[in-house]
Amino acid sequence: MTDLSTTLCGISLDNPVIAASGTFGYGREFAELYDINMLGTFSFKGTTIEPRFGNPTPRIAETPSGMLNSVGLQNPGAEHVITHELPEMKRYFKKKVMANISGFSIDDYVKTAAIFDSQEQVGWLELNISCPNVHGGGMAFGTSPESAAEVTSEVRKACRKPLIVKLSPNVSDIAKIASACENAGADAVSLINTLLGMRIDLKKRAPILANVTGGLSGPCVFPLALRMVWQVKRAVSIPVVGMGGVSSASDVIEMMLAGASAVEAGAANLVNPYACRDIINALPAECEKYGITKLSDIIGGVKI
Amino acid sequence: MKESVFTVKKNTKIAADIYEMKLSGDTSDFTSPGQFAEIRIPGFYLRRPISVCDIEGGVLTLIYKTVGAGTDSLSRVCSGGTLDLLTGLGNGYDLSKSGEAPLVIGGGVGIPPMYLLCKRLTAEGKTVTAALGFNTSTDMFYVKEFEKICPRVIIATADGSYGVRGFITDAAKGAPHTFYYACGPRPMLDSTVRTFGACGQISLEERMGCGFGACMGCSVVTKSGARRVCKDGPVFDAGEIYFGGDVK
Repeated sequence: MTDLSTTLCGISLDNPVIAASGTFGYGREFAELYDINMLGTFSFKGTTIEPRFGNPTPRIAETPSGMLNSVGLQNPGAEHVITHELPEMKRYFKKKVMANISGFSIDDYVKTAAIFDSQEQVGWLELNISCPNVHGGGMAFGTSPESAAEVTSEVRKACRKPLIVKLSPNVSDIAKIASACENAGADAVSLINTLLGMRIDLKKRAPILANVTGGLSGPCVFPLALRMVWQVKRAVSIPVVGMGGVSSASDVIEMMLAGASAVEAGAANLVNPYACRDIINALPAECEKYGITKLSDIIGGVKI
Repeated sequence: MKESVFTVKKNTKIAADIYEMKLSGDTSDFTSPGQFAEIRIPGFYLRRPISVCDIEGGVLTLIYKTVGAGTDSLSRVCSGGTLDLLTGLGNGYDLSKSGEAPLVIGGGVGIPPMYLLCKRLTAEGKTVTAALGFNTSTDMFYVKEFEKICPRVIIATADGSYGVRGFITDAAKGAPHTFYYACGPRPMLDSTVRTFGACGQISLEERMGCGFGACMGCSVVTKSGARRVCKDGPVFDAGEIYFGGDVK
Protein backbone atom coordinates (compact mmCIF):
# COMPACT_ATOMS: atom_id res chain seq x y z
CA MET A 1 0.00 0.00 0.00
CA THR A 2 1.40 3.38 -0.99
CA ASP A 3 2.07 5.92 1.73
CA LEU A 4 0.19 9.01 0.54
CA SER A 5 1.05 11.25 3.47
CA THR A 6 2.90 14.49 3.03
CA THR A 7 3.80 17.49 5.15
CA LEU A 8 2.96 21.10 4.51
CA CYS A 9 4.75 23.66 6.67
CA GLY A 10 5.08 21.25 9.58
CA ILE A 11 1.49 20.03 9.49
CA SER A 12 1.06 16.51 8.22
CA LEU A 13 -1.56 15.67 5.61
CA ASP A 14 -3.01 12.19 5.13
CA ASN A 15 -2.69 12.78 1.42
CA PRO A 16 -1.57 15.71 -0.73
CA VAL A 17 -5.01 16.54 -2.17
CA ILE A 18 -6.41 19.92 -1.15
CA ALA A 19 -9.67 21.30 -2.54
CA ALA A 20 -8.86 24.74 -3.91
CA SER A 21 -10.33 28.00 -2.72
CA GLY A 22 -13.32 29.34 -4.61
CA THR A 23 -14.45 25.91 -5.76
CA PHE A 24 -15.34 24.41 -2.40
CA GLY A 25 -17.17 27.17 -0.52
CA TYR A 26 -16.73 26.51 3.20
CA GLY A 27 -17.06 22.80 2.50
CA ARG A 28 -20.70 22.37 3.43
CA GLU A 29 -22.10 21.54 -0.03
CA PHE A 30 -19.51 18.78 -0.40
CA ALA A 31 -19.85 17.46 3.14
CA GLU A 32 -23.46 16.65 2.21
CA LEU A 33 -22.09 14.35 -0.52
CA TYR A 34 -19.12 12.59 1.04
CA ASP A 35 -16.97 12.64 4.16
CA ILE A 36 -14.62 15.50 3.34
CA ASN A 37 -12.34 14.45 6.21
CA MET A 38 -10.75 12.17 3.62
CA LEU A 39 -9.19 15.24 1.98
CA GLY A 40 -5.67 16.37 2.81
CA THR A 41 -7.53 19.55 3.64
CA PHE A 42 -9.38 22.32 1.79
CA SER A 43 -8.83 26.00 1.29
CA PHE A 44 -12.01 27.88 2.02
CA LYS A 45 -13.63 30.56 -0.11
CA GLY A 46 -11.44 33.68 -0.41
CA THR A 47 -12.50 35.87 2.48
CA THR A 48 -12.14 39.63 2.88
CA ILE A 49 -12.53 41.83 5.90
CA GLU A 50 -15.90 43.20 4.67
CA PRO A 51 -18.67 41.15 3.02
CA ARG A 52 -18.67 41.31 -0.80
CA PHE A 53 -21.24 40.44 -3.43
CA GLY A 54 -18.58 40.39 -6.13
CA ASN A 55 -19.00 41.29 -9.77
CA PRO A 56 -22.21 41.56 -11.78
CA THR A 57 -23.47 38.43 -13.57
CA PRO A 58 -22.97 36.68 -15.96
CA ARG A 59 -19.76 35.68 -14.30
CA ILE A 60 -19.22 32.19 -15.69
CA ALA A 61 -18.28 31.24 -19.25
CA GLU A 62 -17.21 27.94 -20.73
CA THR A 63 -13.99 27.43 -22.68
CA PRO A 64 -12.47 24.41 -24.40
CA SER A 65 -11.45 22.12 -21.51
CA GLY A 66 -12.07 24.77 -18.94
CA MET A 67 -13.99 27.78 -17.76
CA LEU A 68 -13.75 31.47 -17.02
CA ASN A 69 -15.05 32.99 -13.83
CA SER A 70 -15.32 36.59 -12.76
CA VAL A 71 -16.99 36.01 -9.41
CA GLY A 72 -14.84 38.68 -7.79
CA LEU A 73 -14.45 37.32 -4.27
CA GLN A 74 -18.06 37.03 -3.19
CA ASN A 75 -17.93 36.21 0.51
CA PRO A 76 -19.80 37.03 3.72
CA GLY A 77 -16.83 38.81 5.36
CA ALA A 78 -14.33 37.62 7.99
CA GLU A 79 -16.57 38.30 10.97
CA HIS A 80 -19.42 36.19 9.58
CA VAL A 81 -17.02 33.38 8.68
CA ILE A 82 -15.78 33.27 12.26
CA THR A 83 -19.18 33.47 13.90
CA HIS A 84 -21.11 31.24 11.46
CA GLU A 85 -19.04 29.26 8.95
CA LEU A 86 -16.24 28.04 11.21
CA PRO A 87 -18.52 26.84 14.05
CA GLU A 88 -20.69 25.09 11.45
CA MET A 89 -17.60 23.62 9.79
CA LYS A 90 -16.57 22.01 13.09
CA ARG A 91 -19.48 19.62 12.70
CA TYR A 92 -18.31 18.17 9.38
CA PHE A 93 -14.58 18.86 9.14
CA LYS A 94 -12.27 17.76 11.91
CA LYS A 95 -8.95 18.65 10.29
CA LYS A 96 -7.14 21.95 10.07
CA VAL A 97 -8.54 24.08 7.28
CA MET A 98 -6.64 26.47 5.05
CA ALA A 99 -7.92 30.04 5.37
CA ASN A 100 -7.79 31.84 2.03
CA ILE A 101 -7.74 35.58 2.58
CA SER A 102 -7.82 38.53 0.24
CA GLY A 103 -7.91 42.28 0.44
CA PHE A 104 -7.65 45.66 -1.21
CA SER A 105 -4.93 47.18 0.90
CA ILE A 106 -2.09 45.91 3.06
CA ASP A 107 -4.12 46.93 6.06
CA ASP A 108 -7.01 44.70 4.87
CA TYR A 109 -4.72 41.72 4.45
CA VAL A 110 -3.09 42.23 7.83
CA LYS A 111 -6.41 42.58 9.66
CA THR A 112 -7.99 39.57 7.95
CA ALA A 113 -4.89 37.44 8.49
CA ALA A 114 -4.81 38.35 12.17
CA ILE A 115 -8.47 37.36 12.57
CA PHE A 116 -7.92 33.89 11.12
CA ASP A 117 -4.53 33.47 12.76
CA SER A 118 -6.32 33.30 16.09
CA GLN A 119 -8.72 30.56 14.98
CA GLU A 120 -7.90 27.13 16.29
CA GLN A 121 -9.48 25.39 13.28
CA VAL A 122 -7.18 27.19 10.85
CA GLY A 123 -3.97 25.39 9.99
CA TRP A 124 -2.53 27.65 7.32
CA LEU A 125 -3.19 31.10 5.92
CA GLU A 126 -3.28 31.23 2.14
CA LEU A 127 -2.71 34.80 1.08
CA ASN A 128 -4.47 35.46 -2.20
CA ILE A 129 -2.49 38.19 -3.93
CA SER A 130 -3.54 36.93 -7.33
CA CYS A 131 -7.30 37.29 -7.89
CA PRO A 132 -7.63 38.62 -11.44
CA ASN A 133 -11.24 39.69 -10.96
CA VAL A 134 -11.04 42.59 -8.57
CA HIS A 135 -9.61 45.99 -9.21
CA GLY A 136 -7.41 48.02 -6.92
CA GLY A 137 -6.33 44.97 -4.95
CA GLY A 138 -5.95 41.24 -5.28
CA MET A 139 -3.73 40.61 -8.27
CA ALA A 140 -2.26 44.10 -8.08
CA PHE A 141 -0.18 42.88 -5.13
CA GLY A 142 0.92 39.73 -6.89
CA THR A 143 2.26 41.17 -10.12
CA SER A 144 5.47 42.76 -8.88
CA PRO A 145 8.13 41.26 -6.61
CA GLU A 146 8.22 44.46 -4.54
CA SER A 147 4.51 44.65 -3.73
CA ALA A 148 4.29 40.85 -3.22
CA ALA A 149 7.16 41.09 -0.74
CA GLU A 150 5.64 44.07 1.02
CA VAL A 151 2.25 42.47 1.68
CA THR A 152 3.90 39.17 2.62
CA SER A 153 6.20 40.75 5.15
CA GLU A 154 3.45 42.86 6.74
CA VAL A 155 1.14 39.84 7.08
CA ARG A 156 4.04 37.74 8.34
CA LYS A 157 4.47 40.16 11.23
CA ALA A 158 0.79 39.87 12.15
CA CYS A 159 0.48 36.08 12.25
CA ARG A 160 2.09 32.98 13.65
CA LYS A 161 0.45 30.26 11.55
CA PRO A 162 2.15 29.02 8.39
CA LEU A 163 1.77 31.60 5.64
CA ILE A 164 1.27 30.39 2.08
CA VAL A 165 1.27 33.05 -0.63
CA LYS A 166 -0.91 32.23 -3.64
CA LEU A 167 0.70 33.48 -6.83
CA SER A 168 -0.63 34.82 -10.09
CA PRO A 169 0.43 33.32 -13.42
CA ASN A 170 -0.32 36.67 -15.10
CA VAL A 171 3.27 37.82 -14.71
CA SER A 172 6.44 37.65 -16.77
CA ASP A 173 8.57 35.86 -14.17
CA ILE A 174 6.68 33.95 -11.50
CA ALA A 175 9.90 32.51 -10.01
CA LYS A 176 11.13 36.01 -9.18
CA ILE A 177 7.88 36.78 -7.34
CA ALA A 178 8.04 33.46 -5.48
CA SER A 179 11.58 34.28 -4.35
CA ALA A 180 10.51 37.72 -3.20
CA CYS A 181 7.75 36.12 -1.09
CA GLU A 182 10.18 33.61 0.35
CA ASN A 183 12.59 36.38 1.33
CA ALA A 184 9.72 38.32 2.88
CA GLY A 185 8.88 35.45 5.19
CA ALA A 186 6.41 33.21 3.32
CA ASP A 187 6.43 29.62 4.58
CA ALA A 188 5.22 28.29 1.23
CA VAL A 189 3.84 29.45 -2.09
CA SER A 190 0.83 28.06 -3.94
CA LEU A 191 0.31 28.40 -7.66
CA ILE A 192 -1.28 29.02 -10.02
CA ASN A 193 -4.32 31.25 -9.56
CA THR A 194 -6.37 31.67 -12.73
CA LEU A 195 -5.15 33.15 -16.00
CA LEU A 196 -6.88 36.25 -17.27
CA GLY A 197 -9.09 35.38 -20.23
CA MET A 198 -12.09 36.56 -22.23
CA ARG A 199 -14.90 35.25 -24.45
CA ILE A 200 -17.28 37.01 -26.78
CA ASP A 201 -20.94 36.15 -27.39
CA LEU A 202 -21.15 36.21 -31.18
CA LYS A 203 -24.88 36.92 -31.31
CA LYS A 204 -24.53 39.94 -29.05
CA ARG A 205 -21.01 40.89 -30.20
CA ALA A 206 -20.37 41.54 -26.53
CA PRO A 207 -18.27 39.82 -23.86
CA ILE A 208 -20.02 36.87 -22.20
CA LEU A 209 -18.81 38.03 -18.79
CA ALA A 210 -20.31 41.23 -17.42
CA ASN A 211 -16.84 41.97 -16.04
CA VAL A 212 -15.47 41.57 -19.63
CA THR A 213 -12.53 39.42 -18.47
CA GLY A 214 -12.30 36.51 -16.07
CA GLY A 215 -9.96 33.88 -14.71
CA LEU A 216 -9.32 30.75 -16.77
CA SER A 217 -9.14 27.40 -14.99
CA GLY A 218 -9.62 23.73 -15.77
CA PRO A 219 -7.55 21.08 -17.58
CA CYS A 220 -6.58 23.58 -20.29
CA VAL A 221 -4.22 25.35 -17.86
CA PHE A 222 -2.58 22.21 -16.44
CA PRO A 223 0.58 22.17 -18.60
CA LEU A 224 1.18 25.85 -17.97
CA ALA A 225 0.63 25.42 -14.23
CA LEU A 226 2.95 22.42 -14.16
CA ARG A 227 5.70 24.38 -15.93
CA MET A 228 5.36 27.24 -13.42
CA VAL A 229 5.44 24.87 -10.43
CA TRP A 230 8.64 23.39 -11.81
CA GLN A 231 10.19 26.83 -12.37
CA VAL A 232 9.22 28.06 -8.92
CA LYS A 233 10.46 24.89 -7.20
CA ARG A 234 13.89 25.48 -8.70
CA ALA A 235 13.91 29.08 -7.43
CA VAL A 236 12.83 28.62 -3.82
CA SER A 237 13.59 26.36 -0.89
CA ILE A 238 10.15 26.65 0.76
CA PRO A 239 7.39 24.15 -0.13
CA VAL A 240 5.35 24.69 -3.26
CA VAL A 241 1.64 23.85 -3.47
CA GLY A 242 0.77 23.05 -7.07
CA MET A 243 -2.57 23.72 -8.68
CA GLY A 244 -4.12 24.52 -12.04
CA GLY A 245 -6.35 22.12 -13.91
CA VAL A 246 -5.62 19.13 -11.66
CA SER A 247 -8.35 16.57 -12.33
CA SER A 248 -6.89 13.11 -11.79
CA ALA A 249 -4.54 11.06 -9.65
CA SER A 250 -1.95 11.13 -12.42
CA ASP A 251 -2.15 14.94 -12.51
CA VAL A 252 -1.33 14.92 -8.79
CA ILE A 253 1.70 12.71 -9.36
CA GLU A 254 2.86 14.93 -12.22
CA MET A 255 2.53 18.05 -10.08
CA MET A 256 4.52 16.40 -7.28
CA LEU A 257 7.27 15.32 -9.65
CA ALA A 258 7.44 18.93 -10.83
CA GLY A 259 7.99 20.02 -7.25
CA ALA A 260 4.67 20.28 -5.43
CA SER A 261 4.58 19.17 -1.78
CA ALA A 262 0.79 19.21 -1.92
CA VAL A 263 -1.68 19.67 -4.74
CA GLU A 264 -4.88 21.68 -4.96
CA ALA A 265 -7.75 20.68 -7.24
CA GLY A 266 -10.21 23.41 -8.13
CA ALA A 267 -12.42 23.59 -11.19
CA ALA A 268 -12.68 19.78 -11.22
CA ASN A 269 -14.91 20.00 -8.12
CA LEU A 270 -17.43 22.07 -10.05
CA VAL A 271 -18.02 19.59 -12.83
CA ASN A 272 -17.66 16.50 -10.68
CA PRO A 273 -18.59 17.23 -7.07
CA TYR A 274 -16.81 14.00 -6.10
CA ALA A 275 -13.59 14.94 -7.94
CA CYS A 276 -11.34 15.15 -4.86
CA ARG A 277 -12.74 11.92 -3.42
CA ASP A 278 -12.22 10.18 -6.75
CA ILE A 279 -8.66 11.48 -7.08
CA ILE A 280 -7.74 10.34 -3.56
CA ASN A 281 -9.32 6.93 -4.09
CA ALA A 282 -7.42 6.50 -7.35
CA LEU A 283 -4.03 7.59 -5.96
CA PRO A 284 -2.83 4.28 -4.43
CA ALA A 285 -3.33 2.29 -7.62
CA GLU A 286 -1.89 5.08 -9.73
CA CYS A 287 1.19 5.21 -7.49
CA GLU A 288 1.65 1.46 -7.65
CA LYS A 289 1.54 1.66 -11.41
CA TYR A 290 4.67 3.84 -11.33
CA GLY A 291 6.42 2.03 -8.51
CA ILE A 292 5.83 4.78 -5.96
CA THR A 293 5.72 3.42 -2.41
CA LYS A 294 5.94 6.75 -0.59
CA LEU A 295 4.35 9.60 -2.50
CA SER A 296 6.27 12.38 -0.75
CA ASP A 297 9.54 10.82 -1.95
CA ILE A 298 8.85 11.96 -5.49
CA ILE A 299 8.47 15.69 -4.74
CA GLY A 300 10.57 17.56 -7.28
CA GLY A 301 11.87 14.25 -8.63
CA VAL A 302 11.41 14.96 -12.31
CA LYS A 303 14.54 13.87 -14.17
CA ILE A 304 15.76 16.65 -16.44
CA MET B 1 -28.22 15.94 -5.03
CA LYS B 2 -27.23 12.69 -6.60
CA GLU B 3 -24.91 11.85 -9.49
CA SER B 4 -26.19 9.05 -11.66
CA VAL B 5 -26.21 7.69 -15.15
CA PHE B 6 -29.42 7.94 -17.15
CA THR B 7 -30.32 6.17 -20.37
CA VAL B 8 -31.83 8.24 -23.14
CA LYS B 9 -35.14 6.76 -24.29
CA LYS B 10 -36.17 9.49 -26.65
CA ASN B 11 -34.70 12.75 -27.91
CA THR B 12 -36.87 14.44 -30.49
CA LYS B 13 -37.53 17.89 -31.87
CA ILE B 14 -40.95 19.16 -30.83
CA ALA B 15 -40.77 22.79 -32.04
CA ALA B 16 -38.26 25.15 -33.63
CA ASP B 17 -34.94 24.51 -31.79
CA ILE B 18 -36.88 22.80 -28.97
CA TYR B 19 -36.20 19.17 -28.03
CA GLU B 20 -37.94 16.77 -25.69
CA MET B 21 -35.67 14.21 -24.06
CA LYS B 22 -36.94 11.27 -22.05
CA LEU B 23 -34.46 9.45 -19.84
CA SER B 24 -34.69 6.54 -17.47
CA GLY B 25 -32.75 6.47 -14.24
CA ASP B 26 -32.85 7.28 -10.57
CA THR B 27 -35.16 10.29 -10.18
CA SER B 28 -35.53 9.91 -6.41
CA ASP B 29 -33.70 13.13 -5.57
CA PHE B 30 -36.24 15.31 -7.36
CA THR B 31 -38.71 16.35 -4.70
CA SER B 32 -40.55 19.34 -6.15
CA PRO B 33 -41.44 20.92 -9.50
CA GLY B 34 -39.02 23.67 -10.53
CA GLN B 35 -35.87 21.74 -9.67
CA PHE B 36 -33.24 21.06 -12.33
CA ALA B 37 -30.61 18.60 -13.48
CA GLU B 38 -27.02 19.30 -14.55
CA ILE B 39 -26.14 17.25 -17.59
CA ARG B 40 -22.60 16.38 -18.56
CA ILE B 41 -22.31 16.60 -22.33
CA PRO B 42 -19.30 14.70 -23.70
CA GLY B 43 -16.74 17.14 -25.10
CA PHE B 44 -17.91 20.10 -23.01
CA TYR B 45 -16.36 21.13 -19.72
CA LEU B 46 -19.27 22.58 -17.80
CA ARG B 47 -22.52 20.74 -17.23
CA ARG B 48 -25.73 22.21 -18.63
CA PRO B 49 -28.56 23.03 -16.20
CA ILE B 50 -31.94 21.91 -17.55
CA SER B 51 -35.18 22.15 -15.59
CA VAL B 52 -37.37 19.12 -15.06
CA CYS B 53 -40.51 19.02 -17.21
CA ASP B 54 -41.97 15.77 -15.93
CA ILE B 55 -41.26 12.70 -13.85
CA GLU B 56 -43.45 9.67 -14.33
CA GLY B 57 -42.62 6.08 -13.41
CA GLY B 58 -38.84 6.52 -13.36
CA VAL B 59 -38.85 8.43 -16.62
CA LEU B 60 -37.47 11.94 -16.53
CA THR B 61 -38.62 14.38 -19.20
CA LEU B 62 -36.44 17.37 -20.02
CA ILE B 63 -37.29 20.00 -22.63
CA TYR B 64 -34.45 22.20 -23.82
CA LYS B 65 -33.67 24.71 -26.51
CA THR B 66 -30.57 24.48 -28.67
CA VAL B 67 -28.81 27.76 -28.01
CA GLY B 68 -25.17 26.87 -28.57
CA ALA B 69 -22.70 24.09 -29.30
CA GLY B 70 -23.41 22.23 -26.04
CA THR B 71 -27.16 21.94 -26.36
CA ASP B 72 -26.70 21.32 -30.09
CA SER B 73 -24.53 18.33 -29.22
CA LEU B 74 -27.13 17.21 -26.66
CA SER B 75 -29.79 17.25 -29.38
CA ARG B 76 -27.78 14.67 -31.31
CA VAL B 77 -27.62 12.10 -28.50
CA CYS B 78 -29.41 8.97 -29.74
CA SER B 79 -31.81 6.85 -27.78
CA GLY B 80 -29.93 4.10 -25.98
CA GLY B 81 -27.12 6.53 -25.19
CA THR B 82 -26.22 7.33 -21.60
CA LEU B 83 -25.73 10.67 -19.88
CA ASP B 84 -24.23 11.59 -16.51
CA LEU B 85 -26.66 13.76 -14.52
CA LEU B 86 -26.63 15.55 -11.22
CA THR B 87 -30.22 15.33 -10.03
CA GLY B 88 -32.38 16.99 -7.44
CA LEU B 89 -30.73 20.40 -7.77
CA GLY B 90 -32.22 23.62 -6.46
CA ASN B 91 -35.39 24.46 -4.58
CA GLY B 92 -38.63 24.06 -6.48
CA TYR B 93 -42.00 25.70 -6.17
CA ASP B 94 -43.87 25.60 -2.87
CA LEU B 95 -47.22 23.99 -3.64
CA SER B 96 -48.61 24.77 -0.20
CA LYS B 97 -48.88 28.45 -1.12
CA SER B 98 -51.10 27.89 -4.16
CA GLY B 99 -54.57 28.45 -2.71
CA GLU B 100 -57.51 26.94 -4.59
CA ALA B 101 -56.98 28.58 -7.99
CA PRO B 102 -53.32 29.14 -8.81
CA LEU B 103 -52.18 30.89 -11.97
CA VAL B 104 -49.14 29.32 -13.65
CA ILE B 105 -47.29 31.55 -16.10
CA GLY B 106 -44.58 30.25 -18.43
CA GLY B 107 -42.71 31.91 -21.26
CA GLY B 108 -40.66 30.06 -23.91
CA VAL B 109 -38.16 27.66 -22.38
CA GLY B 110 -39.53 28.71 -19.01
CA ILE B 111 -42.59 26.60 -19.78
CA PRO B 112 -41.24 23.05 -19.23
CA PRO B 113 -40.98 23.13 -15.40
CA MET B 114 -44.53 24.48 -15.28
CA TYR B 115 -45.85 21.23 -16.69
CA LEU B 116 -44.86 19.15 -13.66
CA LEU B 117 -46.04 21.99 -11.43
CA CYS B 118 -49.50 22.01 -13.08
CA LYS B 119 -49.66 18.23 -12.83
CA ARG B 120 -48.89 18.23 -9.12
CA LEU B 121 -51.27 21.12 -8.41
CA THR B 122 -54.07 19.41 -10.32
CA ALA B 123 -53.39 16.18 -8.44
CA GLU B 124 -53.95 18.13 -5.24
CA GLY B 125 -57.35 19.19 -6.52
CA LYS B 126 -56.47 22.77 -7.39
CA THR B 127 -58.13 24.59 -10.28
CA VAL B 128 -55.11 25.62 -12.31
CA THR B 129 -55.00 28.30 -14.98
CA ALA B 130 -51.95 27.88 -17.22
CA ALA B 131 -50.79 30.91 -19.19
CA LEU B 132 -48.19 30.07 -21.81
CA GLY B 133 -46.35 32.61 -23.94
CA PHE B 134 -44.37 31.96 -27.11
CA ASN B 135 -42.76 34.21 -29.69
CA THR B 136 -44.55 32.62 -32.62
CA SER B 137 -46.65 29.57 -33.45
CA THR B 138 -43.67 27.49 -34.69
CA ASP B 139 -42.13 27.84 -31.19
CA MET B 140 -45.15 26.26 -29.53
CA PHE B 141 -44.91 22.98 -27.65
CA TYR B 142 -46.84 21.03 -25.01
CA VAL B 143 -50.04 23.02 -25.44
CA LYS B 144 -52.14 19.83 -25.73
CA GLU B 145 -50.39 18.34 -22.73
CA PHE B 146 -51.26 21.39 -20.63
CA GLU B 147 -54.85 21.35 -21.93
CA LYS B 148 -55.19 17.77 -20.71
CA ILE B 149 -54.39 18.66 -17.11
CA CYS B 150 -55.51 22.29 -16.70
CA PRO B 151 -59.15 23.42 -16.93
CA ARG B 152 -58.04 26.71 -18.43
CA VAL B 153 -55.08 27.37 -20.74
CA ILE B 154 -54.32 30.84 -22.09
CA ILE B 155 -51.92 31.08 -25.03
CA ALA B 156 -50.26 34.21 -26.31
CA THR B 157 -47.77 34.67 -29.13
CA ALA B 158 -45.77 37.86 -29.52
CA ASP B 159 -46.55 38.02 -33.23
CA GLY B 160 -50.18 36.98 -32.93
CA SER B 161 -49.73 33.85 -35.04
CA TYR B 162 -51.64 31.82 -32.41
CA GLY B 163 -53.85 32.75 -29.46
CA VAL B 164 -53.78 36.23 -28.01
CA ARG B 165 -51.38 38.61 -29.73
CA GLY B 166 -48.78 40.08 -27.38
CA PHE B 167 -47.19 39.15 -24.10
CA ILE B 168 -48.53 36.43 -21.87
CA THR B 169 -48.66 38.67 -18.81
CA ASP B 170 -51.10 40.96 -20.65
CA ALA B 171 -53.13 38.01 -21.90
CA ALA B 172 -53.37 36.57 -18.38
CA LYS B 173 -54.28 39.89 -16.77
CA GLY B 174 -57.64 39.58 -15.09
CA ALA B 175 -57.45 35.80 -14.72
CA PRO B 176 -58.80 35.17 -11.23
CA HIS B 177 -56.18 33.53 -9.07
CA THR B 178 -55.20 32.86 -5.49
CA PHE B 179 -51.43 32.78 -6.09
CA TYR B 180 -49.13 32.72 -9.11
CA TYR B 181 -46.06 30.78 -10.20
CA ALA B 182 -43.88 32.05 -13.04
CA CYS B 183 -40.87 30.99 -15.08
CA GLY B 184 -39.57 32.68 -18.20
CA PRO B 185 -37.26 35.36 -19.54
CA ARG B 186 -36.42 38.20 -17.18
CA PRO B 187 -38.60 40.85 -18.95
CA MET B 188 -41.57 38.48 -18.57
CA LEU B 189 -40.84 38.04 -14.85
CA ASP B 190 -40.53 41.82 -14.42
CA SER B 191 -43.87 42.29 -16.13
CA THR B 192 -45.42 39.45 -14.09
CA VAL B 193 -44.50 41.13 -10.82
CA ARG B 194 -45.68 44.54 -12.11
CA THR B 195 -48.99 43.02 -13.16
CA PHE B 196 -49.72 40.53 -10.40
CA GLY B 197 -47.75 41.91 -7.46
CA ALA B 198 -45.58 40.08 -4.98
CA CYS B 199 -47.99 37.25 -4.14
CA GLY B 200 -46.22 34.62 -6.21
CA GLN B 201 -43.10 32.59 -6.79
CA ILE B 202 -40.74 33.02 -9.71
CA SER B 203 -37.85 31.00 -11.06
CA LEU B 204 -34.66 32.83 -12.03
CA GLU B 205 -32.12 31.87 -14.64
CA GLU B 206 -28.40 32.64 -14.60
CA ARG B 207 -25.23 31.24 -16.15
CA MET B 208 -24.02 28.61 -13.71
CA GLY B 209 -20.66 27.05 -13.01
CA CYS B 210 -21.41 24.09 -10.78
CA GLY B 211 -25.18 24.11 -10.18
CA PHE B 212 -24.91 23.02 -6.53
CA GLY B 213 -23.79 26.10 -4.65
CA ALA B 214 -20.01 25.85 -4.66
CA CYS B 215 -18.71 28.39 -7.17
CA MET B 216 -20.85 31.48 -6.48
CA GLY B 217 -21.12 32.02 -10.23
CA CYS B 218 -24.87 32.55 -10.36
CA SER B 219 -25.46 34.82 -7.37
CA VAL B 220 -28.20 37.41 -7.29
CA VAL B 221 -28.74 40.29 -4.87
CA THR B 222 -32.11 39.82 -3.17
CA LYS B 223 -33.89 41.83 -0.53
CA SER B 224 -32.43 39.44 2.04
CA GLY B 225 -28.88 39.59 0.68
CA ALA B 226 -26.82 37.61 -1.81
CA ARG B 227 -28.41 34.32 -2.87
CA ARG B 228 -27.23 31.59 -5.22
CA VAL B 229 -29.73 30.94 -8.01
CA CYS B 230 -28.66 27.28 -8.18
CA LYS B 231 -28.73 26.41 -4.48
CA ASP B 232 -30.96 28.97 -2.73
CA GLY B 233 -33.22 29.19 -5.83
CA PRO B 234 -33.92 28.93 -8.67
CA VAL B 235 -37.41 29.51 -7.25
CA PHE B 236 -37.76 32.60 -5.05
CA ASP B 237 -40.70 34.42 -3.52
CA ALA B 238 -41.46 37.26 -5.92
CA GLY B 239 -41.29 39.76 -3.07
CA GLU B 240 -37.66 38.83 -2.42
CA ILE B 241 -36.41 39.87 -5.84
CA TYR B 242 -35.49 43.32 -7.11
CA PHE B 243 -37.23 44.10 -10.36
CA GLY B 244 -36.79 46.73 -13.06
CA GLY B 245 -37.18 50.12 -11.43
CA ASP B 246 -36.18 48.85 -7.99
CA VAL B 247 -32.86 50.12 -6.74
CA LYS B 248 -30.43 47.43 -5.56
